[in-house]
Amino acid sequence: MSVSVMVPTLLRPLTDGQKKVEAQGETVRHIIDHLDSRYPGIKARLVHGDEVHRFVNIYVNDDDIRFASGLGTAIAPGDKLTVLPAVAGG
Amino acid sequence: MPLRITRAALEQIQRHAAGEHPIEACGLIAAPCAAKVADRVIPMRNQAASQVWFSFDPREQLRVWNELDENDEECRVLYHSHTASEAWPSREDIAHAQDPTLHYLILSTWPEARHRVRSFRIVAGRVFEEQLSIQE
Repeated sequence: MSVSVMVPTLLRPLTDGQKKVEAQGETVRHIIDHLDSRYPGIKARLVHGDEVHRFVNIYVNDDDIRFASGLGTAIAPGDKLTVLPAVAGG
Repeated sequence: MPLRITRAALEQIQRHAAGEHPIEACGLIAAPCAAKVADRVIPMRNQAASQVWFSFDPREQLRVWNELDENDEECRVLYHSHTASEAWPSREDIAHAQDPTLHYLILSTWPEARHRVRSFRIVAGRVFEEQLSIQE
């Protein structure tokens, strides 16, 4: 199904400057694969190995997918995906 | 170009860092998009609650970033404190500094620190200190 994906400022050069894009898929993993087919290179910024990249947070609606099923988190019609840069350090 | 923040914002983040010591404090300073001066301090919960590490709570971050978007504001500065070292980016600070357009402000609450507040741009892993311009 088609869902909207909110792209952080940092990654908008990869989506032709767009803040919001559409993508298809039934899981977050599928959505990211579809995004990468349209905007090459974006997957490498979102995924490391088979996990969410440590420098980003990915949310389905209000939920951080790390606390759901990770990249296997299911997508339902009307869901919104948001990507934000993870903020950490020391 | 220096980082421009208000004195009120600077004092607020200094109070935040002092209040959290010896736990690292963290947060952001927002500005209306295209404004020259950043003035809205948003302290964030350090989910790590550590003396040597900080991380934003992802749920809180989503709420704040959605609010910035609704208000036509942007995150201009990310700040955090070092409680036992100088106000200089650590290796992990540099690794996490993925956005070259942001200002990274570090405060030190270490009693032996030579400098209390310093601001940086971090571009492709390289650290550039910048001038901090306080607007009254």
